Amino acid sequence: MTLWLVIIGTCAGCYLLKLAGLSAPRRLLDHPLVRRFATTVPVALLAALIAVQTAGGGQEPVFDPARAGGVAAAAVALLLRAPFLVVLIAAAATAAGLRLLGL
Amino acid sequence: MRDGLGLGIAVGLSGTAFGAAAVTAGLSVPQACVLSLLAFTGASQFALVGVIAGGGGLAAGAAGALLLGSRNTLYGLRMADLLPWRGPRRLLAAHGIIDETAAGALAQPSAAWARTSFVTVFATLYLTWNLTTLVGALATERIGDTDAFGLDAMGAAVFLALIAPRLRDNPRERLVAALAAAIALAALPFAPPGVPVLLAAAAALAVPGGGPDGASGNGGDAGAAGGEVRT
Repeated sequence: MTLWLVIIGTCAGCYLLKLAGLSAPRRLLDHPLVRRFATTVPVALLAALIAVQTAGGGQEPVFDPARAGGVAAAAVALLLRAPFLVVLIAAAATAAGLRLLGL
Repeated sequence: MRDGLGLGIAVGLSGTAFGAAAVTAGLSVPQACVLSLLAFTGASQFALVGVIAGGGGLAAGAAGALLLGSRNTLYGLRMADLLPWRGPRRLLAAHGIIDETAAGALAQPSAAWARTSFVTVFATLYLTWNLTTLVGALATERIGDTDAFGLDAMGAAVFLALIAPRLRDNPRERLVAALAAAIALAALPFAPPGVPVLLAAAAALAVPGGGPDGASGNGGDAGAAGGEVRT
């Protein structure tokens, strides 16, 4: 039940954030601090999520060689400027392959 | 529209990964589908189920999702001139403001082209994202252990792909990303699940902008950051 409430709340919040941008006065964008925070926060949050998810997501950081290998494969694919699709497949295939090998 | 097709397939694949991640985290199939239908902003959805998978912290999960969703506000601000609709059409258009539609619309040479691009990309992705979420969620419910297919590495890979172009072009953002990852990992053993990611948002403010004195004290990165023009 609580989970449903959180899901509905998140949905409502995400929608209102989109609507707010379309309806807000454009001056807001001229404020340098707003602009800097809004453009940089996604990079910070996504980088943190990558770190946390690679470390297992729980409170004890766990090194899972297969998962770490999958993320590393994605990084290599991105360095080679592979398309999004190839990056995802590289990550999943590497992690699955390493697990198959018993890592 | 060849790019559109590639984008559709890629989004479809990450939709499947989202459905799988959501069910693995303990959400039901309807819960996964409601998120894709009504939140419809991938990174936020992944963030929420990622935190839930990490062991609770529902409020922190929602806060992380909303912080990530706030970049859609910025896209909306930038697209307001291109999408001058009022009333119900504006309410509908607002739902379509995400990374991909913004990137598409803002790259067009005229407002008319921007509107066409926005409507096309929105409609295609909405359909693809929701269908594949359902497929991923249902399949995971059947299969059970998706780790065997490497799907657990895919969430991080999606995020990495999203920020890769910015890390490539912008030394300051590389520093922000490294600092954010370090903060999150350092906080992991002490803070409740989900909170480390929120704390890492501080990295966005901690690293100064590209001003003349901006790069001081950042060691090896200072030289690279000095050549940066944006504010």
